[in-house]
Amino acid sequence: MPLDESYVGRAYPPTEPYEVGREKIREFAEAIGETNGVYTDPTAARALGHPDVIAPPTFVFSISYRAAHQVIHDPQLGLDYNRVVHGDQAFSYVRPVRAGDCLSVTSTIESVRTMAGNDILVVRGDVHDKSGELVVTARTMLVARGADGK
Amino acid sequence: MTAKISYDEVEVGTELPGQSFPVTRETLVRYAGASGDFNPIHWNEKFAKEVGLPDVIAHGMFTMASAIRVVTDWVGDPAAVAEYGVRFTKPVVVPNDDKGALIEVSAKVGAKLDDEARTVRVDLTAVSNDQKVLGRSRAVVRLA
Repeated sequence: MPLDESYVGRAYPPTEPYEVGREKIREFAEAIGETNGVYTDPTAARALGHPDVIAPPTFVFSISYRAAHQVIHDPQLGLDYNRVVHGDQAFSYVRPVRAGDCLSVTSTIESVRTMAGNDILVVRGDVHDKSGELVVTARTMLVARGADGK
Repeated sequence: MTAKISYDEVEVGTELPGQSFPVTRETLVRYAGASGDFNPIHWNEKFAKEVGLPDVIAHGMFTMASAIRVVTDWVGDPAAVAEYGVRFTKPVVVPNDDKGALIEVSAKVGAKLDDEARTVRVDLTAVSNDQKVLGRSRAVVRLA
């Protein structure tokens, strides 16, 4: 059954803050083979004008996608998670995520449509720091493949 | 933000230094742990084949993370990236051998967007096993 388009605009409560740690950033940077000191060395980060080490651009996805689970598993929306694939991903940055940030995500259903039997859902995650300032907006397009065929 | 590339020294068509990123099963296990994405299609061959994939595939977000390194290495300060988006078009298939897969990324300046904000659009191409694995892969970058 196609997703109900009346859910466009539905917003979910902000998530519990995620505290960004230096060592988690280091682990992520190493996992993607990064060697840029701005991710691991506070002195190198400060030399570029950052108060502490920053996170690689896609690090925040782990946080925003966890928040998007509120949408994905919303029983009223009725998305079949077993059929979901990640179609598109985009980020708009106000500033880089950095060590010491406490980040909370507000997820909103930005669009819902059905194309060729597939449900296509765009979830926007607005990521704020503890002072309430917007840090980054993540847009995740999920495609739930039609039940009959691929 | 401290970009080491000046807006004035690039033009539409300027190529960024390309890079190749090797991906093995070990890479995927590490990325799973670091990112928290433990979907078995990224480490369990039996499961991947059961759901119709040719083999274990890389996390799309790993490919996305790798591709932007061509931009961040070029510009020096990752904070110069104002926007970044991709479409996942084909999976990166990672065989269980000593070679794994290779993600080859090239990039060029696609447009100069704003003379005052000194922003450019960089268009990225990511290829693995002769197939484009990312589509509409673009970053908006603030230059010096």
